[in-house]
Amino acid sequence: MGTTITVDGVRHVANLARLEFNDEETAHFTEQLARILDYIGKLNELETDDVPPTSHIHPHQIFILGSEDGARHVAKPDAVKPSYPREEVLTNAPEAEEGYFGVPRVVDRSH
Amino acid sequence: MLHELTAHALHEKLKAREITAQELTEAVYERIAEVEPHVKGYLTLTKDSALEQASHADTGFQNGDEMPPLAGIPIAIKDVICTKGVRTTCGSKILENFVPPYNATVMTKLHEQGVVMVGKTNMDEFAMGSSTENSAYQITHNPWDLDTIPGGSSGGSAAVVSADTAVCSLGSDTGGSIRQPAALCGVVGMKPTYGRVSRYGLVAFASSLDQIGPFTKDVTDCALVLNAICGSDTMDATSVDVPVPDFTQSLINDVEGLKIGVPKEYFTQALDTEIADSVHAAIAVLEGLGATVEQVSLPHTEYAIATYYIIAPAEASANLARYDGVRYGYRNENPEDLISMYKKTRSEGFGEEVKRRIMLGTFALSAGYQDAYYKKAQKVRTLIKSDFDAAFEKVDVIATPTSPTPAFKIGERIADPLQMYLSDVMTTPASHAGLPGISVPCGLVKSGLPVGLQLLGAPFAEENVLRVAYTFEQNTEHHQQKPKIQTNGVG
Repeated sequence: MGTTITVDGVRHVANLARLEFNDEETAHFTEQLARILDYIGKLNELETDDVPPTSHIHPHQIFILGSEDGARHVAKPDAVKPSYPREEVLTNAPEAEEGYFGVPRVVDRSH
Repeated sequence: MLHELTAHALHEKLKAREITAQELTEAVYERIAEVEPHVKGYLTLTKDSALEQASHADTGFQNGDEMPPLAGIPIAIKDVICTKGVRTTCGSKILENFVPPYNATVMTKLHEQGVVMVGKTNMDEFAMGSSTENSAYQITHNPWDLDTIPGGSSGGSAAVVSADTAVCSLGSDTGGSIRQPAALCGVVGMKPTYGRVSRYGLVAFASSLDQIGPFTKDVTDCALVLNAICGSDTMDATSVDVPVPDFTQSLINDVEGLKIGVPKEYFTQALDTEIADSVHAAIAVLEGLGATVEQVSLPHTEYAIATYYIIAPAEASANLARYDGVRYGYRNENPEDLISMYKKTRSEGFGEEVKRRIMLGTFALSAGYQDAYYKKAQKVRTLIKSDFDAAFEKVDVIATPTSPTPAFKIGERIADPLQMYLSDVMTTPASHAGLPGISVPCGLVKSGLPVGLQLLGAPFAEENVLRVAYTFEQNTEHHQQKPKIQTNGVG
């Protein structure tokens, strides 16, 4: 912490987040994020080297594999159950074809 | 007037067959026709199915069946909770036409009770905000003063209960999104312990914090809705398998022997003086009724907002990755390729605050920054939780203001995200610790806007919270005050 965010940093993070901004928006977000991160820098006032992290407030119940909290798993039997009907699920898709979700072409057929 | 009554009062009338659920439902829609154009709390109204559900409940009452307490009761649902066959937008353009193929577990449970769903309520987009101004669709107005915000993110659910356009409603609370709007709209709002209520079908914002809870006109109704929605669920591995008590058993008008802690860190200079006076007066009422009041310290309170604005955006950035224009929701029509389709879809579909939080969260989780930001915040979360653990060794319930200010003017804070974030300074600490918390009305400031008293309990100690809230309510008249909605063109 203590580092601030630059215009290039905002462009990099936007790409990671699959967002895109014009120059004006990039400048706007850079300024706002820098201000928020400056406020968040307040956490550096606290010494936390020996403090364990909390990812979840009921550690005995946690379901995450390899959790640092020494948690137990909440596992269900590995049994096949019916899913929602394909036609119903596909009604929300912007593009559906032959029972599949449609996306812009990702493989060039000429190769 | 039927629309003004509580669920428990209406249940008696339905049971005695003084009224029918259809008459009640019609009365609520008449009220909607009258005031909803000014309040704008609903995104979708479902009158046809509501009347069918009412008719179904009436059949049960006419047959003399043993009917559940919420049978035939008109209820509104925050538009972040999946309702089978009914559009669920999350207040976002990206989900404008999303119609869930399934019900959230809370909806299944409410339908088992025979409720009447009035409609879906407005909210800050993806529950990100404190004023409901981040909705992609409309501004909701606070019924007490139409020029002010209703709070957020569950502003629609709070406003419709306050305006008597629903008997009760469901909202969701991640950093205060039930408690803060309940305070600002002068109604009862409760966030149960994290894990008490299944999150299945609650569109995810910050998964380690999100929890569904009720808005009601009094504490008795709050207990009735909790009874209906609590319980573990195999569809949500974070719902906790602990016994669910009958919460109506906690409606005890007596606080003799209970210890109430007042954390000094909540009564700072940033707190509006009229709110401080109101909350101190409320605590004095409880002391007068036999509770022991003592000061406690929650020393890491001032770090809760900074911690929240790392953890919640980080979890959100992962949760909102699913909106990519493939399986549901908005899609840009003219992408150059797949990656461009993702980017254009997301950039056009999300509003500014959602993008800001995705950026903040993606940054906090990105290579080189994760330990400095995300892990640091998780460690401070431990410190905040430890403060509460220590306090609850000494006291049964903690009493604070719910919001540092009354409802603010529409537009006042929207240009300054950080100032908006600080609206949640009283509610985020308990969210980090997963605690149950209620906001109950405890008075009005001079300008006529409501003030909320926040009562917090240890994890799974909802019963203590409800008992103190009920006792306060039974010995005061704040909850009986109603807004006079200016229907003559103001707002």
